[in-house]
Amino acid sequence: MADTAISHGHDSGHGAHVTSTGLSNNKMAMWMFLGSECLLFGGLISTYMLYKGRVNSGPQPDQIFDIPFTSVSSFVLLMSSLTMVLAVSAAQRKDDRNTNLWLTITALLGAMFVGGQVYEFTAFYREGLGFTTSLFGSSFYTLTGFHGVHVSVGIIMLMALVGMISRNRIPGNKAEAVEMVGLYWHFVDVVWIVIFTLVYLIPA
Amino acid sequence: MAIIERPSSEVAVAGGATVGVKPSEALGVFKRPAASTSWRDWIVTVDHKKLGIMYGVAAFFFFIVGGLEAVLIRLQLIAPDGKVLNADQYNQMFTMHATTMVFLFVMPMAAAFANYFVPLQIGARDVAFPRINAFGFWCFLFGGIFLNTSWFLGGAADGGWFMYAPNSSTLFSPSHGIDFWSMGLQITGIASLTGAINLIVTILNMRAPGMKMMRMPIFTWMVLVVQFLLLFAIPVITVALFLLTFQRSFDATFFDVASGADPLLWQHLFWIFGHPEVYILILPSFGIVSEILPVFSKKPLFGYPIVAMSGAAIGFVGWGVWAHHMFASGLGPVSVTVFSLATMAIAVPTGVKIVNWVMTMWGGKLSFTVPMLFSIALVVQFTIGGLSGVTHAVAPSDTQQTDTYYIVAHFHYVLFGGAIFGLFAGFYYWWPKMFRKQLSESLGRWNFWLMVIGMNMTFGPMHMLGLQGQPRRMAVWTEARAGEGFFNLGFWNRISSIGSLVLSLGVLLFIINIVYTHKSKKVAIAPLDPWDGRTLEWMTDSPPKEHNFDSIPTINNLDEFFHRKYAQDATTHEITQVATAEEVLAEMNAHPDEHIHMPSRSYWPILLALALPVIGYGLIYNRVILAVGVAMIVLTMFGWAMEPSTAADDDFDPPAPGDGGGHTKELAPLG
Repeated sequence: MADTAISHGHDSGHGAHVTSTGLSNNKMAMWMFLGSECLLFGGLISTYMLYKGRVNSGPQPDQIFDIPFTSVSSFVLLMSSLTMVLAVSAAQRKDDRNTNLWLTITALLGAMFVGGQVYEFTAFYREGLGFTTSLFGSSFYTLTGFHGVHVSVGIIMLMALVGMISRNRIPGNKAEAVEMVGLYWHFVDVVWIVIFTLVYLIPA
Repeated sequence: MAIIERPSSEVAVAGGATVGVKPSEALGVFKRPAASTSWRDWIVTVDHKKLGIMYGVAAFFFFIVGGLEAVLIRLQLIAPDGKVLNADQYNQMFTMHATTMVFLFVMPMAAAFANYFVPLQIGARDVAFPRINAFGFWCFLFGGIFLNTSWFLGGAADGGWFMYAPNSSTLFSPSHGIDFWSMGLQITGIASLTGAINLIVTILNMRAPGMKMMRMPIFTWMVLVVQFLLLFAIPVITVALFLLTFQRSFDATFFDVASGADPLLWQHLFWIFGHPEVYILILPSFGIVSEILPVFSKKPLFGYPIVAMSGAAIGFVGWGVWAHHMFASGLGPVSVTVFSLATMAIAVPTGVKIVNWVMTMWGGKLSFTVPMLFSIALVVQFTIGGLSGVTHAVAPSDTQQTDTYYIVAHFHYVLFGGAIFGLFAGFYYWWPKMFRKQLSESLGRWNFWLMVIGMNMTFGPMHMLGLQGQPRRMAVWTEARAGEGFFNLGFWNRISSIGSLVLSLGVLLFIINIVYTHKSKKVAIAPLDPWDGRTLEWMTDSPPKEHNFDSIPTINNLDEFFHRKYAQDATTHEITQVATAEEVLAEMNAHPDEHIHMPSRSYWPILLALALPVIGYGLIYNRVILAVGVAMIVLTMFGWAMEPSTAADDDFDPPAPGDGGGHTKELAPLG
């Protein structure tokens, strides 16, 4: 993300990338971005909460939600957070082989979740809930769709990371690069916990 | 001279052998552009000062566009039954006037100052993420151009700048104008968001040694508050714009009452963004005048910590007042009371600032230069606008004023008299720093007085028009219904329209002033420290070198530069000058830093930004174009990520003799 202008004057010492707060620029930027993302999902979730009861002639939420299925795919996504932690830990041990292994597994689990979402959307559509069927449909697909896109972008980031690590194309601190993608991945998981609770578990 | 290490053979090597220096061809497939000259350097630059100037030039261009739109609006209303514009064109004109002024002039102009001066004021060599900085600029520019191409592609947006439903629906606005509007604002929103992250990290992380938070210049403080507001406000408008796009392009019904939707959803989302937005517009100007008033009063800023903290307080309370834009929408008594009280409360930290500015001037040795005149004008005009703002906090009174010219008068007093006067004060104050020449003071005075008189002539009468009941966005007025005597609407409309021409003349004089200053041979090079400045940006050359400071200063005081120039006698408390600016600079540069690594230029920011309007056109016209845009995004993102942060080791100058550490290129990962 960065190629920061750095001065290595005689007084600033060599080797250490000194910032005023001690936190690296990249990590602070990622935290800021995730803070901003909270409001993006806040807006989408508010929209859904406002419209979840407005179904017109289309299906009701509790008529189409398949809680056991979504629980399983939620579990898969949560487990991907565990494998992400293992990847970060391997990266910090400078163990490239295991880093790549866990990153790949994380991406696969993420892909399973997205696959589940595609299946779910298809099933809902067959049961009569299109994007424009009702306000419930529009806001449901918008909210969960935005989350799905976030997971998909995360998968691309994970796969790019695997490719760049195996070709040794990551400039600078490799472990931090893995950790940054990890921060994003965990955030996307945490958001899903909120969405799963508010959308699926709490009855309309 | 400081030793800059840069992957280029064109850079003169100060001392030592030149063996082993290569141009940056070692960078592989994704090679970075080496130091280049001419216009190409502006395309690939990542220098915060160049980007600041580019932001400024582009924003000023949009200022003229938005100004011409305003003049057309006033010409339409100069006489009864105006024929200049038809109703449809009039709707487009006021929508685009507001959109242009808010998103394409005031915000990017504040970004111009922030980009140029924040790194200088905190003693940094560049921002934290130089490439993202360049990306932000290109997003803003391409987003602005994209938005304005709608004029030539079937008509611009016409729903008013807050684009309420149902006016925003395809039924009431069948042209593509609103599609261009929402996509264009998404693109400029990306510029604001990346800029916000970049500047927050820069300010928090890249301060010079000893530059504690409470030693930062107030301008930097206000920029920090604004970036946090942007960080949390932009995603909310992003959601609103996505919902609008889905409604217009994919037949969703988020704001369609007939389908059971709640039109208040848009209003809430818009104003949760929109109210922090007004502080995003005004706080940079507050920062600028807080720099200027102490310099020309020869006194430190009165109550520095209070001014900084009241800015932060405005930033916090600014999140709890959005519904005062919606008092007429039937929110219910509890909501109205809460938002009414919060709105009155936010007047307190604003009033605190006004008092601090007045106390800064009180008893000072005032010199009425043009930047000082603009700053004082801000204090006066903003106070008038602030007071009419407090009348809106009173809900019963606001219900009368909603959608009348009284509102138009209010926000032009705070935005023109506040934000824009602050920006003009900044132009005159920092011009010698950026361009080595001082804008003419005598032309500047004409510029100033014409703008002050023009502004009050244009927007003052609108108070009366509004209280008389003239609705805003009214395309024509008729003599028969204009009323009589002092309150004759026609009379005040005419005054207002003539005022807008006076105002335009004032702005024209500013442009003439720039041309005169840079073309006339009579204007000499400005001295290093023309105003007897107090803050760090004056403690370097004008304009600053690419690496800003030959040696990074250690900060011991608020107003560090002042304390290096002046000393106070311990017994008599008399302040005497102990060094000139030149002497301070010479002392600082006696021991320049070695091994300064400046970021390399890059093609990717402009290429990635170029993909965004392509996606915009694709969404509106053609899915093939859309696919091309998405492909461009993916390719350029990978190009960006794979681009080495800097050149290979042997691209750099050899280590200086006696420097044991060899090369230490500490690089941040990713791109």
